Amino acid sequence: MRGNVYLYIILMAFVTYLIRMLPLTLIRRKIRSRFLQSFLYYVPYVTLSVMTFPAILNATMSPWSGAAGFVTALFLSYKGKSMIFVSLMACAAVFLLELVIA
Amino acid sequence: MAGRGDLVKKGMKDGIPIALGYLAVSFSFGILAVKAGLTAPQAVLMSALNVTSAGQFASLSVIAASGSYLELILSQLIINLRYSLMSFSLSQKIDQKAPFVHRFIAAFGNTDEIFALSSAYPGPTPPWYIYGMMLSAIPGWVAGTALGALAGSVLPLRVLSALGVALYAMFCAIIVPPARENRTLLWLIVISMAASLLFSLLPPLREISSGTRVILLTLGISALAAVLRPVKEDEDAG
Repeated sequence: MRGNVYLYIILMAFVTYLIRMLPLTLIRRKIRSRFLQSFLYYVPYVTLSVMTFPAILNATMSPWSGAAGFVTALFLSYKGKSMIFVSLMACAAVFLLELVIA
Repeated sequence: MAGRGDLVKKGMKDGIPIALGYLAVSFSFGILAVKAGLTAPQAVLMSALNVTSAGQFASLSVIAASGSYLELILSQLIINLRYSLMSFSLSQKIDQKAPFVHRFIAAFGNTDEIFALSSAYPGPTPPWYIYGMMLSAIPGWVAGTALGALAGSVLPLRVLSALGVALYAMFCAIIVPPARENRTLLWLIVISMAASLLFSLLPPLREISSGTRVILLTLGISALAAVLRPVKEDEDAG
């Protein structure tokens, strides 16, 4: 690592806090721009999708177990299960598959 | 009107499920942070100061690759941009009669989950209720990080491998349920993942760092979706 880790941490904390603090303190009336409203509404879905796939395939010992965890998470999320349940079951799926294949 | 103590207590109680969820996810974050080259205290410091899953997670790839500070700032800005929308929304929902200074404190704890519960509070949300949730959720986030960073190295490889998907599974649990009744969101998720796959495979595109990939695809696809499928005026954007 070349950069200073503490500087990385302080910088990201500062940026993240500003993002959370500025709208809450500066904006008191409703946002008008329909484009901006729509853009902000879609952002988390795109970001989290891009971050999840295909990275999840490389998160475990084998792409197959990563895929098993992914499918499990998608299925249980679609069923409306709670976040912690989805998370634990995806881990369990990876663990079980790796017992068989690895 | 409920007293401050009661509001904090209620917030702490409602925050327990959040803390449990955070514990599992931040545990895997702690493991990944150490893998990326951070020490355990550094990982804990990051969790205590940031309290953001996706942002912290993305920062690891930038830090591990010795990315520039600008790349880090831009990736945090774009990944955490969603919080600005939540803060917009919370600015309408938070108790207007509460002293203004509360907004500076509540902002620190405006995570996806605390925001979700703040929005669900009947009537104007009292800052003390938000503080109660922060008192449960943030220690859970920090403790999980510490456990992951410290115990990560003594856990069997199989368990570590399994925990590797915890964070991604949580992301699925955030994005998938609203997509059940919204075809635009469903297609948005499919297109985003397909584009992400293309960017990681195609020779010229795969040279782009993962942090920059997240920025480019988020800006491009969200803007496109906003033009093609603008949300209705009073659609709940939470």
